[in-house]
Amino acid sequence: MLIDRLKAGGPAIAKQGILVAFILFMIVFSVMSDRFMTTGNVMSVFRQATIIGVIALGVTIVVIGGNLDLSVGSMLSFATVLVVDLHDKIGPELAIPVMVLATLCLGAINGFLIGILRLNSLIVTLGMLSVIQGLVLIYSGGQNVDIANQTDTWFRFFGRGAIFGVATPIIIFLGLALVFHVIMTRMPFGRRVIAVGGNPTASVFSGVPRSRVVFMTYLISALCVAVAAMILGSRVMGSQNNVGQGYELQVLAAVILGGTSLLGGSGSILRTVLGVLMLAFIQNGLILMGQPYYTQWLVTWAVIIIAVWLDVAAKRGRLFSPIA
Amino acid sequence: MRALSNNPILYWLMRNPIWGFVIVVFIFFSLSADHFFSGRNLTNIVVQTSTIGLIALGMTLVMINGNIDLSVGATLALAAAFAVDVQSWAMFATWGNWQILPAVCIALLVGILMGAINGFIVWKTGVDAFIVTLGAMLGIRGLVFVYTGESSFYAMNFAYSDFSSMTLGPFPVLAVIFVLAVLAVHWLLSRTVHGRNTYAVGGNREAAVNAGIRVGPHMMINFMLIGFLAALSGVLLSTQMGAATPNLGRDYELWVITAVVLGGTKLTGGKGDIIGTLGGVLAIGILRNGMNLMQVPAFFVYVILGSILIAVLFLDKRFNRNADGGLRL
Amino acid sequence: MTDTNTPALQLQGIVKTFPGVRALDGVDFDVRPGEVHALLGENGAGKSTLMKVLAGMYQPNEGRILIGGQPVQISNPIEAKAQGVVLIHQELSLVPEMSAAENIYLGELPRKGMGRVNWKELYARSNAILERLKCRFRAEVTVANLSIANQQMVEIARALTVDARVVVFDEPTASLTDAEKVVLFDIINDLKSQGVGIVYISHRMDEIFTLSDRITVLRDGQYRGTLTTAETDEDAVTRLMIGRSLDLSRNEAAPDFGKTMLEVRNLSCAPLFEDVSFTVREGEVVGFYGLVGAGRTEIAETLFGLRTPDSGQVFIDGQEVTIASAQDAIGLGISLVPENRKEQGLVLQMNCRDNMTLPQVHNLRAGPFLSNGAELAIFDKYRDKLEIKTPSWKQTAGVLSGGNQQKIVIGKWLSMQPRVLIVDEPTRGIDVGSKSEIHQLLRDLASQGYAVIVISSEMPEVLRVSDRIVAMYHGRVMREFEIDDVTEDSLVQAISGIKASEPA
Repeated sequence: MLIDRLKAGGPAIAKQGILVAFILFMIVFSVMSDRFMTTGNVMSVFRQATIIGVIALGVTIVVIGGNLDLSVGSMLSFATVLVVDLHDKIGPELAIPVMVLATLCLGAINGFLIGILRLNSLIVTLGMLSVIQGLVLIYSGGQNVDIANQTDTWFRFFGRGAIFGVATPIIIFLGLALVFHVIMTRMPFGRRVIAVGGNPTASVFSGVPRSRVVFMTYLISALCVAVAAMILGSRVMGSQNNVGQGYELQVLAAVILGGTSLLGGSGSILRTVLGVLMLAFIQNGLILMGQPYYTQWLVTWAVIIIAVWLDVAAKRGRLFSPIA
Repeated sequence: MRALSNNPILYWLMRNPIWGFVIVVFIFFSLSADHFFSGRNLTNIVVQTSTIGLIALGMTLVMINGNIDLSVGATLALAAAFAVDVQSWAMFATWGNWQILPAVCIALLVGILMGAINGFIVWKTGVDAFIVTLGAMLGIRGLVFVYTGESSFYAMNFAYSDFSSMTLGPFPVLAVIFVLAVLAVHWLLSRTVHGRNTYAVGGNREAAVNAGIRVGPHMMINFMLIGFLAALSGVLLSTQMGAATPNLGRDYELWVITAVVLGGTKLTGGKGDIIGTLGGVLAIGILRNGMNLMQVPAFFVYVILGSILIAVLFLDKRFNRNADGGLRL
Repeated sequence: MTDTNTPALQLQGIVKTFPGVRALDGVDFDVRPGEVHALLGENGAGKSTLMKVLAGMYQPNEGRILIGGQPVQISNPIEAKAQGVVLIHQELSLVPEMSAAENIYLGELPRKGMGRVNWKELYARSNAILERLKCRFRAEVTVANLSIANQQMVEIARALTVDARVVVFDEPTASLTDAEKVVLFDIINDLKSQGVGIVYISHRMDEIFTLSDRITVLRDGQYRGTLTTAETDEDAVTRLMIGRSLDLSRNEAAPDFGKTMLEVRNLSCAPLFEDVSFTVREGEVVGFYGLVGAGRTEIAETLFGLRTPDSGQVFIDGQEVTIASAQDAIGLGISLVPENRKEQGLVLQMNCRDNMTLPQVHNLRAGPFLSNGAELAIFDKYRDKLEIKTPSWKQTAGVLSGGNQQKIVIGKWLSMQPRVLIVDEPTRGIDVGSKSEIHQLLRDLASQGYAVIVISSEMPEVLRVSDRIVAMYHGRVMREFEIDDVTEDSLVQAISGIKASEPA
């Protein structure tokens, strides 16, 4: 009976665990460094977290739907290079829609291969990672791109602008998070994503259009990448052709830290936001404490494994795996 | 179909489609690229392939187990850093060329240790290997940067960087090491009790447990093997470069997984072999080398490889359709 | 062999409980050396649980296990095997990419130096066993390339690697052809003559009467008695199995049916089922009875748009329809409560309400948002109607008892107001109390005018709920019975492929 209790209540405890850990980290950092809890610092960390954050929102939905998306990193390179390069050629008002459409096409290819043809999402998006990276290099001829006139374009608004003193990227990130949160918790589509991720067979037996739902999750993921590319391109006003390299796994780390299960069917947008912020603040806090930049990765390692371990342990009702 | 399967060569190719591809690209480049078909270039391909190839051997074991290891690129970089740095430790200052020996040993041990940590966590916590090694990928890369202080190490002992250009008879020593490793892992997987149990653990975990195979330690051993092979790959790579950079091995995990999947190993476990993996790494190696010789920009290799990976998956699905018994889910 | 009076294996007063279910309730059982002891019971009677206790996969809450008269503790399958108790699983537990020999000696591969497998010895020993089993394949062959029957043989071969005292066969003939069955029976007789005690679990009366020396019957987890095969007959065994309530629980034919709601003409989906025709009227329950694999579930899946038929027509309310997807089926008013509750019926980690409203969730909206009120209204209605016991709608479906889970699935489909309700194995793995509630519910639904199809492998269930029974064998409809005309004998004959000469 105790096991049943744990099974029922365990995931809830684990959820709180991540929140508790987040607060603990914040307190420790505040005590250790008086520069940590200043508006300026918090805002700046927040702003830097938005690129990974926006992408993580889309990936969260893909993962809740029971799949993975490893192609977001090279897709980000693709979208950023495209929007920056086209900015000077056809102007931002055309460059943005062209970039968004092109990125959505890539998402649609993912969605078609995984949702309709039912190919394994890990391998498909791994292949797409490679294909898209190649496309970026072919498109750019291996050259980095930048925007000539960086001060007079309204494109700077996305990365460098502010609304009522709050940086635009933060507003975009939080706005998008709120919209996705509502979609996932208050709209039929979200319910269907959760069902398909939780049990694809039972979903089909309940008349849920599984292929279409999975297809849509990849479109959403691509859309998020497009938004992140606007922020990134606008902030840097240029782009290296491998700018998104390695993002896929950092994004995934944030999503996992937010408690979204890679098995699909459970997870939450708001907790992904927490995961993203936690990673960003750990990084910032360690730097302020005088630790080298890369210590954050060691801490991330431990935090991810402990977080998932507690979640798994709560679900099975014992700390250690029963396998011999 | 029956006529086909009666011809042993065709039957073998049907079971190892990647080798068909290897043969086709090999013939293609032999005919169309000027310097492709020469002894020197061919051994060159083996040397270039060996970096990814060594890790792919270990990844085959881990993936047949039904696990995955994303941390190999970082392990490679850490081992390379140790291999280059330990040589210049004061305690070995008087050892002359022998200072390479403890350096390489420590580097390989570090690789085994990283594998052991991954394996132990997978065993004891029951957290999926994907997540454990994803964390380790970040963490071990962090160790690399902490250890190197974000800068590159250069080998002061020239014997070290000369090693990569040594030959055994007509063959470069790096190629020989790779071939020996292929034979050793193939032998392990096909002839030993541990190797055979690898299939049992991945193919039917419950049956393996019921048959008394100790699944946890078994998986840990395979993680240690891949750690060792990644470290070996890192050491050899650093002899080629005469240096170890902190960003060494970035994205290698993705290339390795691509090669292993091309070779027919299943992500779900239980299926795969070294012959297929060798085909997978050679396919990548030949394609890169040949296109380079033909002066095709390297970018196209990415597109082609990614497309092949997805195509292989698609064909595999096509040929194994009946798994769901016709139920449309 | 030692004296035949000491049982090779003895189970005394075994009790095994799972949360909410008493799966075994004081079961006694014993096997003597050199006898075949059949274990009989309906699905869910506790046979498999008992065998898992025996093999050390479950630990009993109470009771003792004695081997050769000595009490033993069996905590895992390896210990069981070491004690000479071997279980041959109903579901194959083989590693597909390994050779037959490696599977036979899984976990115990013969070794030589450096951790190498001693292939020569492995193949020699395995081939010897396979020859003893009269198998026509060699031990070197990869298991994935073997037919299901031959895979079963590999599974059986495992039992012969040790000096077995007791071998348990769990439904071994389910996937065997008649010729292969003969070989299997030879093997069993062979083992028996060597003094091995055999436990034989099966549904099939004919096999049990051919093979066994004694028969023990379980019902609802309880020991019902042991009969000597030579001194008994099928009727006596059936009575023990089904219980005395059989005749009382027969459904009374309802007098008034409405118009024909579903008509199926010559529907085929080779090789699963062929040329199937039947009708279902409003207010009528049609039971589909047959053995596992007779094609009943596949017909349901076809009607629900999850399989594409080769040929045939389907009419709903007189209109011919094509059903290409589950969405089509739902649109036409067809509901399917699937066979496997946990895999097909529920998203286990989702809450009760969300599970229940899933098929219509896109219609329960207030503007673009989900209407909490509409969803709760549906949940409350069917929770009350079906008396689902759950603390709140927020409860995760996975933690409910089997009966309550099944009611959620039924509620899910009733809330769709279907014109045709198909229920596949409605009470599989559910405790007795909930069983009769669900039976009553199905009758009530019919009386409210629903056209209902019930697929079941349990005879008392079909007899209890059906107005008409369609008996299937090997993908074909053998006979149709009106409830007033049916007898157990004629039903058993029909599903065994025996064509009756006259209506019973």
